[in-house]
Parts: sequence; structure tokens; C-alpha cells
Amino acid sequence: MRALCWTAGGELTVCQVPDPELRNDHDVIVRVRRSATCGADLPLLTGQVPGLAPGDVLGHEFLGDVVEVGAGVRRHRVGDRVVVCASVACGACWYCRRGLPSCCDNGSTDPVGNEAQWGHPVAGCFGQPRAAGGFAGSHAEYVRVPYADVGAFPVPESVGDDRAVFASDAAPAGWLGAEAGEVRPGDVVAVWGAGAVGQLAARAAWLLGAERVVVVDRHPARLLMARQHVGVETIDRRDTDVTAQLREFSGGRGPDVCVEAVGGPAGEHLSLADRFTGRARLPEAVREAVYACRKGGTVFVLNNGARHVDAFPAGTVVHKGLTVRGGRQHGQRHIPMLLDRMARDELRTEHLATHHFPLDRAAEGYALFRDRPDECLRAVFTPP
Amino acid sequence: MGRVGTVAALAGALGVAVAGVARTVVTRHRARRAGCPGRWQVVTVDRSPEQVLPSAVWPEPLRRLDGAVEVAVARAPGGRGTELAARVRPHAVWPGLSAHLLGDDPGLLVRRTLWQVKQLAETGEVLRADRTPGERGPVVPIAATGSPSEGSPR
Repeated sequence: MRALCWTAGGELTVCQVPDPELRNDHDVIVRVRRSATCGADLPLLTGQVPGLAPGDVLGHEFLGDVVEVGAGVRRHRVGDRVVVCASVACGACWYCRRGLPSCCDNGSTDPVGNEAQWGHPVAGCFGQPRAAGGFAGSHAEYVRVPYADVGAFPVPESVGDDRAVFASDAAPAGWLGAEAGEVRPGDVVAVWGAGAVGQLAARAAWLLGAERVVVVDRHPARLLMARQHVGVETIDRRDTDVTAQLREFSGGRGPDVCVEAVGGPAGEHLSLADRFTGRARLPEAVREAVYACRKGGTVFVLNNGARHVDAFPAGTVVHKGLTVRGGRQHGQRHIPMLLDRMARDELRTEHLATHHFPLDRAAEGYALFRDRPDECLRAVFTPP
Repeated sequence: MGRVGTVAALAGALGVAVAGVARTVVTRHRARRAGCPGRWQVVTVDRSPEQVLPSAVWPEPLRRLDGAVEVAVARAPGGRGTELAARVRPHAVWPGLSAHLLGDDPGLLVRRTLWQVKQLAETGEVLRADRTPGERGPVVPIAATGSPSEGSPR
């Protein structure tokens, strides 16, 4: 099959590679219909992320058709059109049974290596270095999907591929920011980041009853898109005092809920050592959210790229009585509900796919996504 | 003591302090790396003790370490299942394959084994990684073939 592979030196190349195979009884093989780029992939392109090997296939946000089913699979059959959660979780451990699948104990094939990275093993992810799961990515013609009964969901007939593909990762991430941030009817909500996840967090805030929603970013085209497609107010942080503007926007109180969804710096991978060399950036959006949030409010951090940050305003958290939370998406819990909302037209996501490429030109798509010369929000690949 | 002597004394004291800190860090690091022989490795399995070790028989992943580790089982508090612990027996003779695999860090192998037991009890199988393209066969770059019109903004 064809697949977008990471090759030596951090280059991306479409290669002919062997087809995936069933490795466990609960696996299915999916023929990919759409696969989207994600900001979480950008650090991988630098060539500085340990554990990535030449020939590894990238990509984790996708949907497709089931073409092969393992002996233990009960909920899927060949021919099903399914969206697959970007993270891999077992559905059977203590965390999964309590609705926290991104904290899954059994989602990685290398839990001990995972412990070394995060202190405890967490859910795996497609298309990442082996310590983050051990699963090939979705920028390919076929993908093996472990725990398929738990992580793959049939797509309603009325929901098109270009909408459903974002139910794999961006939509559940955005939903988590609003839900776990505990947005309530009448709330004022601020979202940092007008990318796909930020826009969908803002939309989720509306759906949960927020009275006012504002999105903060420094890219005018993204802010325009957020105004047009999500109906939010926006703040361009390049020429605005964000904290003052938000205070004005919320009657001097500050937003009830602040969601940080800015993603990591494009093309940058920071290690623990970078803390001591001055390369590690301050978590600007998180700091701003902590200062802006009303007393007793909630700051929710979605930024997957926030590895090591210093100069965090812990005193402000204490004196304002804030709740600061974070998390990776719990798609196994949210995807069926999100697909229903997509079917009812409550959640529209097609506009996020600003660029479409055939899989054979996926390397070009990533260059566009990384460098944004053409205001690319997300590039979506279609295999032959 | 003259000024030069004071500086020398301070530098000496600083050097001793730095060496002390460094020695402590290295010692702690080595202790961690060695898996702290004698320390129990523990995982919590979200199943009852009877399901984790049915009929008190060790499941397959642990059986491979038979004779080299001791195992303890306790009911976890709050209905969280079973705390399964194992540690290397003092002066254990490791089975040939295990000895080959573990190198000088038996704690790591014990920990991996416990995670496998947990996965087996909770999901019915030990999750296997995809084989890398290189392991399965050749990876051959192909030329891009898309038409010029594709890839433009919608």
C-alpha cells in the first residue's frame, strides 16, 4: 500500500510499504477514506523527537471502511464506514470504565516506556513514536485499529466524510475543553486558539449554553473563520491587551471558563534539557488565561505541546481560587454523541478542511500546513 | 587569613558541596536505574484476586519468571481490584531467555511482566505493536502523481 512515511533527516515521503496485519483478536483493518493533518504532528517533522524510526507512518485523525475483522470483534463487520478515535484505549481498565479513556492503562504496547515519559502509562495514539503506542498512522491506504469495538464508531449515512473525519480528534478535544471546563448556561467563555480544536471548543461552549464566547488568536484569517462559522466574537492578540479586553467583555469579572487550545509551536520539539538553555517558551496562553479568568473560575488546558513550562503563576491560581485542569480527548466517550450532533447539523466541520490533497501529495500538504503560506487550517488527504 | 586564602577556602567549600550534591544525585540515579533490588514492583488490576490469579496459579507472563521472583496479591482499597506485586528474589537464578533479555535491570523485566498480566486480565490479550514497515518488508519511495489542480484551497 501507499503511506506517508517519516524518513531519515525528518523528511516526509510517500512510500510503498507492506499492508498492515491483524495483530490482536480485537483488531480490525480499515481502508482509509480521509485522514487529516494535526498540529500535534508538527514536532515529529523536526526529526528531533526520539523514538521515531525511518519508515514510520504518520497521521491519527481519520475515517474509513472496515475491510478485515479480528476474531474477538463483536460490533463491526466488513463494509462498515467508521470514524476511529485518534487515541487507543482498551475500554476495560479502571480509567476506561469511569469515562476517562485517554488515561487508559492498556492503550500502549510499551507501558513501561510510557511511565518514563509521563509518570504513568496513558492511552496510545496512532502515528506517534513507539513509546506513545506502537501503532502505525492513518496517512495510508490501510490502518490496523486495535480495540476496535471500543474506538471505532459507525458514521450515520447523512454525515459526509469531510465532516465526520473531525469526529476522530479535533471535535472530541474541543468538546472536552468545554465540558470538563464545566461551561454552564449563561457563562462567558474565552478560548485561546482559533485552529480546528479552538473553533470546536467554542462551538461546544455554545451548545452547552454559554451566553458569550470569545476566541483569541493572532492569525486574522482564523479569527475571520471563527466569526463566520462559529459566530463568536474575536480578539486579535497582536494589537490588543487580551486581559483588559476580556475584562471589558465580561463586565469586569473575567470569563467564567478559559480554554487554552493553541497547540504547540510549529516545527519545534522541546526537551527537558531546553528548560535550562532558555529555549523553552513561557506558556503565554495559559498564563494569560490564569490572569484573565474570573475568581473561582476554571482554566482548561488542551495544548498537547505543553511539555515543560516554567514561570507558571501558581500564586494567582491560589489567590483567585481557580481550578486548572487539562486533558487529552476522551473520544471513546464523546464520538457517538458528536456524530449525532453532526447528523443534526448542530456541528459542522467541513470548513476546517481548507485544503484537500491526494495521499500521493501528502508531503506537500504537510509543508503547506506547517508553513501556512496559504492560510491552511487543516490539510485532508484522500488515498487512491 | 588573607584575601587569597579566603577565596581559596570558599572555593574549596563550594567544591566539596558541589561534589556532595553530585554524589547524591548519582547515587539516587543509580538506585533508580537498578530497579532498587528488593523493592516491590506493583500494578493495580481492575479485577478480583480470583480473576487475576485463578486457583492461585500464576498466569503465563509470570510463569516465565518462576523461581526468580516472589509474588504478593492484595485486594485494592475502594473496590479498585487487586494489587499485584512482584520482586526479584535475592540471588535469584534467572532463566536463560530472561537473563538475556533483562541485562542488568531485572526490575524492568518484572515491571513489564506485571503490565502484561494486567492487560491479560483486563482485556483478554497482551496488546502487540504494529510491526514497523522495515520489519515486514521493503519501504520504497514513490513519486508524487497528483494533478496540478488538486491541493488548492476549497
